[in-house]
Amino acid sequence: MRIEQTVSARDAPGLRHTTHHRVFWLLVAILIATPVSIVLLQIGSAALAPRSDAWAHLAEFVLPRVIGNTVWLVIGVTLSAAALGTVLAWLTAVCEFPGRRFLAWALLLPLAIPGYVLAFVLVGMLEYSGPVQTLGREIFGPDLAIPAIRSRGGVILVLTLCLYPYVYLIARNAFQTQGMRALEIGQSMGLSIRSGFFRIALPLARPWIAGGALLVAMETLADFGTVSVFNYDTFTTAIYQAWFGLFSLESAMQLASILVLFVFVIVVLEQRLRARADFAATGSQGTGLGRLRLGRKSAFAATGFGFLVLALGFVIPFCQLIVWTFGSGSEFDARFFGYVWQTLVVASLGALLTTVVAVCLAYAVRNRGGPARWLARWATLGYALPGTVLAVGVFAPIVTLNNTVQELLVRAIGPGAPQILLQSTLVAMLLAYLIRFLAVAHSPVESNLLRITRSLDENSRILGVSGWQMLRRVHLPILRGGVLAAFTLTFVDIMKEMPITLMTRPFGWETLAVRVFEMTSEGEWARASAPAVAIVLVGLIPVITLTRGSSRVD
Amino acid sequence: MRNVKLMLVGLLLTIMSGCGAPDAELVVYSARNEPLIKPMFDRFTEETGIKVVFVTDKAEVLMQRLQAEDSNTPADVLLTVDAGNLWWATQNDLLQPLESAVLTENIPEYLRDPEDRWFGLSVRARTIVYSPERADARMLSSYEGLADPMWRGRLCLRTSKKVYNQSLVAMLIAEHGEAKTEQIVKGWVANLAADVFANDTAVIEAIAAGQCDVGIVNTYYFGRLERDNPALPVKIFWANQGSGGVHVNVSGGGVVRDSRHVENATRLLEWLSAGEAQSMFASSNLEFPANPAIAADPAVAAWGQFEASRLSLARAGELQSAAVRLMDRAGYR
Repeated sequence: MRIEQTVSARDAPGLRHTTHHRVFWLLVAILIATPVSIVLLQIGSAALAPRSDAWAHLAEFVLPRVIGNTVWLVIGVTLSAAALGTVLAWLTAVCEFPGRRFLAWALLLPLAIPGYVLAFVLVGMLEYSGPVQTLGREIFGPDLAIPAIRSRGGVILVLTLCLYPYVYLIARNAFQTQGMRALEIGQSMGLSIRSGFFRIALPLARPWIAGGALLVAMETLADFGTVSVFNYDTFTTAIYQAWFGLFSLESAMQLASILVLFVFVIVVLEQRLRARADFAATGSQGTGLGRLRLGRKSAFAATGFGFLVLALGFVIPFCQLIVWTFGSGSEFDARFFGYVWQTLVVASLGALLTTVVAVCLAYAVRNRGGPARWLARWATLGYALPGTVLAVGVFAPIVTLNNTVQELLVRAIGPGAPQILLQSTLVAMLLAYLIRFLAVAHSPVESNLLRITRSLDENSRILGVSGWQMLRRVHLPILRGGVLAAFTLTFVDIMKEMPITLMTRPFGWETLAVRVFEMTSEGEWARASAPAVAIVLVGLIPVITLTRGSSRVD
Repeated sequence: MRNVKLMLVGLLLTIMSGCGAPDAELVVYSARNEPLIKPMFDRFTEETGIKVVFVTDKAEVLMQRLQAEDSNTPADVLLTVDAGNLWWATQNDLLQPLESAVLTENIPEYLRDPEDRWFGLSVRARTIVYSPERADARMLSSYEGLADPMWRGRLCLRTSKKVYNQSLVAMLIAEHGEAKTEQIVKGWVANLAADVFANDTAVIEAIAAGQCDVGIVNTYYFGRLERDNPALPVKIFWANQGSGGVHVNVSGGGVVRDSRHVENATRLLEWLSAGEAQSMFASSNLEFPANPAIAADPAVAAWGQFEASRLSLARAGELQSAAVRLMDRAGYR
């Protein structure tokens, strides 16, 4: 079924696509890919060190287990998050059932709960010593057997609950604009709703779903906080073990390089999955037939399912955080406003920068294709690296630059030259966020841009709209959903981010994530609840803005 | 339009803030977290007039940072937990030897670097905890004893990835050699009642809930739970009394090699090693003072006197990598 897939236009010579133009966009892509290349080179060159005996040890005793674990985890989480995100997106975008309007935005909320927090809360509740099993033993006797939460299934469940919003947000965007229409086409062809979904709507939404799923896979690979609560060994935990336990940073970097290669393979696979076609919805809306009304039983099931996911992924952990905040003297003092303010500043600046760069990158891919497409893939690899490895990889080149500048200064002015510290400035911090989160912003923007066909451009030109005018009047309205999604996802991700924030923050600069680190580093989870609650509340701001923004399209 | 310009200027100033060394007499890189150190630094500034700024992060990251910044580092003092980290810092020439009569007098030899590049400032004991209802204290003796088959299905441990367990096993290697230590660790693994836990608190809670009967934890985690719930059905047992002593570790610090304020930096360490500061430093986290002349917090003292292992902590650092490998081989995850 290939409805509305136009033949690839990227190789066709556009009207104004002069060589000049093509070179410009290639340069843009190269410029954007440069910072991440420096970081990957940094990691790669550390990996070139001869294999130490630490490596031999890892290869014999650690790697066999962690590779299996990692593959299972990535497959399990990616597939289940993609399925969950797609189903929920379809239900809230196309169907009508009680609670839909609320669920439509509320289902984004799990995004604001950091994975390690959800893991800690759920493990704490469902473990042998937790309240659920304790109550169970009191009622059913001491021999009650409940499957252990700290298991592969448990990790997959928790990561799925944390990460499905990536797929949900992006896929919903797709279904909102073309879902109903796909069904109408299906109906006109005599297909049932069910096959209309599977045979038209789903294939049409493939680039969106794949884009979200790719983010899920990358985030799962990079995750350390969540898996360590479960004590589930993955490639990332092996990297940290090599570094922190065996004191072998070289082995850690070697492992990280393998991880990057592995991710590159996934990325290529995803690219293949998108097939060689541009996807476009010609009319951007359904024809106003209204939503698909679910029957009583299905409506009940949809409502129940939506609220179940919301409860597990958000309500339960959030309530636990609230209880801790009030129960454990977690401090709320005047300094707290400072943390909130500094979090807002870095998250909005970082999200703004990342989104703008992502839009530029997406246009470079659109206007140049070929090499720019690969550069874009390359530029977004930072998202799959474990946070601390990336933080060190970003930090080292900045320090090298700083020390060189310092040396020149001393040579010019003499020993009295002021000491400069580029590595502890917001500039360094924002650059590091850009390298880490470009993938998050790129995915939604890129898939939205797919919808602006060449023919749309040509038509606009015929109507006398071109240049900035076209960008503003034709492109931006279509891109809006994607840009808002990109901003929201990066904003929330930056808020939760720890290793980069810790390493590059200016002296005295404390964000909410830093506060969470201060408490959890010594295991005082309850005392970390106040900043964690604040992260969730601040995260609501972009989520609500986003819902408002996209509800106009609704 | 003017407002926009003003905002932009403000934004630019915010972005550039922090560019340039902080205006202070002392910069501390600390792996000990902010709630524990900030009150100390505030007191220090009050008493001496020396301004302190600091950043916190994981020990390994801070050391990597020092290494990268090299001679341009703004840091004067490195504060971290665990002797393994401090040992790594000396191995990579991040700290400088200090000649301080005050420090050598206040801090016993086994709690500091043989070349006086770092000094322990508080002591954490890692010992056995048990359920008095289900385990007979007379059956308990030592870490080695927990490998005995009588504890099959009754032992809970934290993950081997935590440096505290790596140091403990390193000290066992120092005492018994690798072969015997591997037997002991295999014995522990065979006795586990549940998959290893992510933190010490979970181990204590598992014992309280009846999932297992004995475990090995740092005492301050026990102290926190006991503070919240005085009726906690778990007790401390001092391990290896008469056979080497309880395994202790330190949180400590040293002066950074390229510090521009060595005098003030040394003064901070000296200040922390004595008097009320030393008492506060230890008791704020329910640890033991490193300075033997200072009394422990009453809640900590209530656990009773114990004999601590006197093996030099620098050995724990040297053997940490061997310990990690040994635990991997023994299947202790």
